[in-house]
Amino acid sequence: MAEALLAVEGVSRRFGGLLAVNAVSLAAEAGRITGLIGPNGAGKTTLFGLISGFIAPDEGTIRYAGEHVTRLPVHERARRGIARTFQIVQPFSGLTVRENIVVGAHLHHRSCTDARAAADVVGREVGLGGLLDRPADTLTIAGRKRLELARALATEPKLLLLDEVLAGLNPTEIREIVPVIRKLCDRGITIMMIEHVMQAVMSLSEHIFVLAEGHIIAAGSPAEVAADRGVIEAYLGLGAAKKFGAQA
Amino acid sequence: MKGFAPIAVVVAVLAAVPLVVHSNTALNFLVITLLTALAGQGWNILGGYGGQYSFGHAAFFGTGAYVTAILQVRYGVNAWPGLAAGIAAGASVGSVIGALTFRAGLRGSYFALVTLAFAEVLRIVASVAPITGAGVGTLVKLDLHASALQFESRAAFYWVILALVAASLVIARVIERTRFGARLIAVRENEDAARALGVDAFKVKLGAMTISAAITAAAGCFYAQYFLFIDSGIAYGARMSIEALLTPVIGGAGTVFGPLVGALVVKALGEGATFVAGDAPGLNLIVYGCVLVLVIAFAPRGLIGLFSFRLASSRTPEAAHG
Repeated sequence: MAEALLAVEGVSRRFGGLLAVNAVSLAAEAGRITGLIGPNGAGKTTLFGLISGFIAPDEGTIRYAGEHVTRLPVHERARRGIARTFQIVQPFSGLTVRENIVVGAHLHHRSCTDARAAADVVGREVGLGGLLDRPADTLTIAGRKRLELARALATEPKLLLLDEVLAGLNPTEIREIVPVIRKLCDRGITIMMIEHVMQAVMSLSEHIFVLAEGHIIAAGSPAEVAADRGVIEAYLGLGAAKKFGAQA
Repeated sequence: MKGFAPIAVVVAVLAAVPLVVHSNTALNFLVITLLTALAGQGWNILGGYGGQYSFGHAAFFGTGAYVTAILQVRYGVNAWPGLAAGIAAGASVGSVIGALTFRAGLRGSYFALVTLAFAEVLRIVASVAPITGAGVGTLVKLDLHASALQFESRAAFYWVILALVAASLVIARVIERTRFGARLIAVRENEDAARALGVDAFKVKLGAMTISAAITAAAGCFYAQYFLFIDSGIAYGARMSIEALLTPVIGGAGTVFGPLVGALVVKALGEGATFVAGDAPGLNLIVYGCVLVLVIAFAPRGLIGLFSFRLASSRTPEAAHG
């Protein structure tokens, strides 16, 4: 078993009366793709917010590369190699695609020339090579998802948190982007992805955590998770597992 | 460097103006225009590039003016180091206000209101504190020598303020071309996304506010030397805050030449209105208001934006090919 790059231990976060994330522990092993799935409102994006530092946990610790990062600000975590994309895409809409990616590239490149060169490489890698001079707000939704990915990649992350990069894409677009994600993993970037497109997440991930109502209800290989009674009930409703089992 | 050529050309043309124009009235108009452009360029660094809309840049203008004047009048300091001290004092006030407001996480209209409040507090303090001359104001002693940063000819004053404006244009261009500028613009466009990419938004905004305050303070220092009199209303009054933000907004916020273009347009229209309608009080403010409404309605990116939008749209077909 590979060493865990990220270890979340007993993390909770409450918003008023709502316990959005309840004593969650999970780990992302270095060099692998870890999936995080669960029904709407399960707390997946909140968990990403906690890992990337946008949200402070009420309890629990987050260790990354052997270091406690629980209290570090967002930009410090980014500097250490944690990058995230946003579920609701957040382009710098007044800028061109290249200028968007350059901001990420500046994290490790002081000079503008170096940052631009690095941005162009990343842009081509995710398939935005022909669109680098276009204003970011002229991109299609698929283009914007790629831009989210490109900006995060430009920071040269060790851990990449992908929040629904496939959502809203058509099947062709999904088929195009899945190999890009797999290539990133092959390059040694540890990936944790939130995804609703089950086919993609099941084929990409080696390990999956299932979150429902703020807790981890199952964890394991894609096949184990898909067969789990609790998981089926969380998605399809109480009693569904029995019905499903009876039919099979 | 290529990007600095337009600045060199514009400054060279402006520098030649006093060789042709000898009218003191015209030069006085240009000096005031450049003074406003300088104050506006200060606002532009923070508001135009950084998206932090300050309504209280008079806080920096007034601090520059008072520090330059008070050091000369009460402490016998020469005007040149006084100018440097005024700029430094303005920058310090900027960084203190910036640290307080940005640490508190104030954005948008909250930031605007708090900066306005700071300027007002300084105005009230300056109107009662003995060191500023309170209600009487501070009069700088007439001493028409270059060593005292005072000149007999308007042209010399003109070249001094032009040099300051030139420096501010270069600063804006340099910011555009550095990592700091890229990060500042990223914060303006989307602060959360910028943070996720490793940008320390607090540090970037604080840096921008300090530079911004220093430039606007330089305009205040010059004001004190040119008019040799300031009081709390001139130094810290809302009028200066409004002019500092109007000029870049009208000319084109977040562009190098926006404040200069905006100042020329605003001041020319103000003078024109006075010429046509006589010296009715508040007339220039009515003109500013009308110009602002027109610009927001028809050129939301300012006059420069109108022009560069045309450039961009004529370039698009080529870009699509490439």
